Amino acid sequence: MSGLVAAIEASKTGAKVLLIDKNANAGGQLVKQIHKFFGSRRHYAGIRGYAIGKRLVDDALTNGVEIMLNSSVFSMFGTEMGIIKDGEEARWLRAKKIILCCGASEKAIMFPGWTLPGVMGAGAAQTLINVHRVLPGKRILMIGSGNVGLVVSYQILQAGAEVVAIVEALPKIGGWGVHASKILRCGIPIITSHTIKEALGRRKVESAVIVALDKQNGLSSKTERSLEVDIICLAVGLKPSIELPLMAGCETMFLGSLGGRVPIHDENMETTQEGIYVAGDCAGIEEASTAIESGRLAGTAAAEKLGYLSKESAYDSKEKIRRVLNDLREGPFGIERMKAKKLLNQRAKTLYIHNDRGKTQDA
Amino acid sequence: MHRGISLTGSPSIQELEESPGFPSKRRLLKGPIAVIECVQEIPCDVCGLICPYNAIEVSTLKSLPKLIEEKCEGCGACIPLCPGQAIFLVNHNYSREKALISFPYEFTPLPEVNSMVEAVNRLGQVITKGSIVMILDRESFDHTVVISITVPKKLAQQVRGIKLHREE
Amino acid sequence: MRVTNHPILGPFHRRSEVTIIINGKVITAIDGEPIASALIAAGIKTFRITRVRKESRGYFCGIGLCSDCMMVVDGVPNVRTCITPVKEGMKIETQMGFEGERGDVES
Repeated sequence: MSGLVAAIEASKTGAKVLLIDKNANAGGQLVKQIHKFFGSRRHYAGIRGYAIGKRLVDDALTNGVEIMLNSSVFSMFGTEMGIIKDGEEARWLRAKKIILCCGASEKAIMFPGWTLPGVMGAGAAQTLINVHRVLPGKRILMIGSGNVGLVVSYQILQAGAEVVAIVEALPKIGGWGVHASKILRCGIPIITSHTIKEALGRRKVESAVIVALDKQNGLSSKTERSLEVDIICLAVGLKPSIELPLMAGCETMFLGSLGGRVPIHDENMETTQEGIYVAGDCAGIEEASTAIESGRLAGTAAAEKLGYLSKESAYDSKEKIRRVLNDLREGPFGIERMKAKKLLNQRAKTLYIHNDRGKTQDA
Repeated sequence: MHRGISLTGSPSIQELEESPGFPSKRRLLKGPIAVIECVQEIPCDVCGLICPYNAIEVSTLKSLPKLIEEKCEGCGACIPLCPGQAIFLVNHNYSREKALISFPYEFTPLPEVNSMVEAVNRLGQVITKGSIVMILDRESFDHTVVISITVPKKLAQQVRGIKLHREE
Repeated sequence: MRVTNHPILGPFHRRSEVTIIINGKVITAIDGEPIASALIAAGIKTFRITRVRKESRGYFCGIGLCSDCMMVVDGVPNVRTCITPVKEGMKIETQMGFEGERGDVES
């Protein structure tokens, strides 16, 4: 999503934009999001994810963005990329500016039996049910009560399967209350301070044992319970996909509140490699709304550097986006991410001074 | 952060009564009124933008929605549009004995109008039987159906849905 | 198990069907869907067997990152079935280890 938004923003200024996606469709995770999004009008709030995806692709094409699908960027040397499209020969392409919007990948937790067929990422299950219209099983145990765990549980119910329980290691709900309330009204229990002890079955998941965590986070064996399930979904967090930024030589920082290792970037979303920007979950795990805004910011900043926007009009646009980003990060769910983003921006400034890039800050 | 919602996933009665989206008892007894059960600061202002009577105010992106009781006509336009499915309509005076509760529903198959269904509270527990009075499914709702059921008046502030209707 | 009707996505409009052969058994699949999706719809969960402990592995990440879904497709081993679309007449076999030895697995 952030890639499409960045592409649209940059192409509106007159810049020539090529969008490369390894998938058969553009839009990243949007294609499988069937719920209505949150935020404000400028975040397409109230509209279902897949509809936002269609809209953005249309907007991109209308604005002259060239879209290359089924194409993987397998190598990066500065702003030169090696691209391989399915069934064709590899080729090299150099761009003046590159915006990396590689998104995120799911984390996993390990427990005895986690390799049994039937244990899968929550996002993987979501792809199966919403994109391919296939139910992976009939009785699902969801591990994790963050927004992904809550939302995917609801979508599993919509697809016609049962969610036996949602298990959460923390003593509180990980995700937004409204998502949790929705799933509780459906009769699905959210069992906090619990984790999965093991998955059992012959060549596939047939049952799971859940157990309470005591005050020292040990497993309290007296509380073990067996649940008859055929699918165990892991919704234990996302981490930024940083293979390309790393290949390109971008420096990173570990920030737990942003999902793990994040490419260091400044207030223009530019990394420590000049000309390479990041946006969306690749720049830190946040929300769809922040992905849109960071995409807008990166697209605007890259176009400005190429001379397609005057310093003044770019400054006004960027400041407005930064204010919205700040608003989006207020509140109990965003405050840690706000701090983390500030740290990233500060570190970027320090590194640029060291690297003697001579970057001037916006007035 | 509030205790009920963040520990259990369901807002406590205290959290609801303290939130600006919850109507007063006085207004509740007057007739159909929106009940906004959104008690956490999350960046979202959709409801503030859609009320045709300007009865919902969301001053900043993270503000809790504020229900302006005197302006709310109980039209229910907000129910299908909240992405969190956190808005309901309660008509305490539907009949001498019953209140009418309207709520969002996104499952198939839909129950039949005039059928009796199991009505649930915020925790999904069946607490009474209800009769389906109306099922609204308009294109502008974008696949969020609004179901209205009658329940005993004394349960008007507890019933918030029906047990999931599954194929036989 | 196909989700034939869905409250948001509506009825499933099947694109054309194709036939594929999994371990000698003929099944139908939806043209263009990933191999893994067709197999899961047909109730098949084991995609490969590990070399040393002979354990079953199946669909896990769904986006081509983890290698658990690899199978032998038209004689070629290590094909990521979660991101490879089906084609008419495709032959798919449970992969034994990483050498691509063919084999049967009791399910």
